[in-house]
Amino acid sequence: MISILDYGMGNTRSVLNAFNLLGEKCIITNKKSDIIKSEAIVLPGVGSFSEGMKNIRQNGLLEILNEEVIDKDKPYLGICLGLEFLAKNSSEGGFCEGFGWLDGEVREIEISELENKVPHMGWNDTNIILNDGIYSGIKQPSFYYLHSYYLHLKNKDRQYISGECNYGNSKITSSIEKNNIFAVQFHPEKSQSVGIRLLQNFLIRARENVKK
Amino acid sequence: MLKNRLIPVVILNDNNVVQSVNFKHTNVIGNAITAVDFFNSWAVDEIIVIDVSRTKRKRDNFPKIVEGLSKRCFVPLSVGGWIENIEDINNLLRLGADKVIINTQGITNPNFIKNAAKKFGTQCIVSSIDVKKNEKKEYEVFADRGRKSTGLDPVKWAKECEKLGCGEIFLTSIDHEGMKNGYDIELLKIITKSVDIPVIAFGGVGKWEHLVDGIKEGNANAVSAANIFHYTEHSTFHAKKFLTDAGLDVRKPDFYEVPTPRNPKYEEIF
Repeated sequence: MISILDYGMGNTRSVLNAFNLLGEKCIITNKKSDIIKSEAIVLPGVGSFSEGMKNIRQNGLLEILNEEVIDKDKPYLGICLGLEFLAKNSSEGGFCEGFGWLDGEVREIEISELENKVPHMGWNDTNIILNDGIYSGIKQPSFYYLHSYYLHLKNKDRQYISGECNYGNSKITSSIEKNNIFAVQFHPEKSQSVGIRLLQNFLIRARENVKK
Repeated sequence: MLKNRLIPVVILNDNNVVQSVNFKHTNVIGNAITAVDFFNSWAVDEIIVIDVSRTKRKRDNFPKIVEGLSKRCFVPLSVGGWIENIEDINNLLRLGADKVIINTQGITNPNFIKNAAKKFGTQCIVSSIDVKKNEKKEYEVFADRGRKSTGLDPVKWAKECEKLGCGEIFLTSIDHEGMKNGYDIELLKIITKSVDIPVIAFGGVGKWEHLVDGIKEGNANAVSAANIFHYTEHSTFHAKKFLTDAGLDVRKPDFYEVPTPRNPKYEEIF
């Protein structure tokens, strides 16, 4: 069973629908007992970073996530805000601390003359850097993006970037793969068959991880 | 590069998919589930579902329809019609909608848009703006399913919507809708020029060239249509192919096999 974390700001139902399509049992929850029992944790998120972090802290979820994902190596998939939260901090809605699992910060997208609309909303080509992880079997994909901020990783942690895309003057971190931690800026649950395939790849990687 | 989007619009009247001409709805096409299954198989980029029932009472089934659709829709699903309070939005999102489309209630009470954007995020709130030329031959925003004059200037209102926190504008020309003569390019141009948020063009597509015009001439970020996708075999495929051949950057018109159940169970929904 997979826990889809509910902290009031995720499109949890769409994520549940996508995993159900793959025949996977899911529960939308914020209860510690459910999260501990589950094989993997999915954290979807839309909306503002600071608001999201506030809700996560209020529900005591950050503590549980640290225990399960960092201490016990439980597979984690962050979607959209669920990727941005991995940063040390964000400037969205004032300075705000994130999970701090990776060395990086969340920045506002810089628009350009050609691509001058924010949010970055719609389907964009994604360059795959690591092709045997969650992108296994996927070639030259477009995914559905919907965000105004992005994760900028620093120093050694840049090695965990597994996909990137360009928008405006920003190079956007599309995905992260670090051991049991997976995260995507785009919405696989809304990226049709390529997205469904990516979720399936996550499940396969998550199970391999558990066996190790 | 970010791709231009193609969005089929499903118009529901008393729970049925209908055709629409200048906001009058006559021909019943059928079931929303079938329509979405069909669109979901091809490279459409989003799906919009709008309930235009004349009274709120008649749309009791709308939440159930949204729930049923979301189970089979693996592109973003925007829903609108009769959204009047935060609770309505909350319910629709919980049932699987990704964005909500606000129209009349936002005009009556702009604070509603502000509060909704604050609570659910800018990316979630789409402002639907219905525009008609009034007796003075000036563009004017109309509310309540195109029936009520508001005195609002579309440019000013679009800018206001952006300021209030809408992430996108769904722009309809009431005069062009259903007429098959193409979008109101003049209207589209002045709106896309005046806001920094994406604009979806709607109303008037009678042939695939009109989609190209909407993007190339009107500078729309996304083009949408309803009636033209009915009765035509593989219509979204042809629309996408036409856009690609016209040199526009769109997602490929391929068949996207999403393993939805073969035989939809309508009784689950209705």
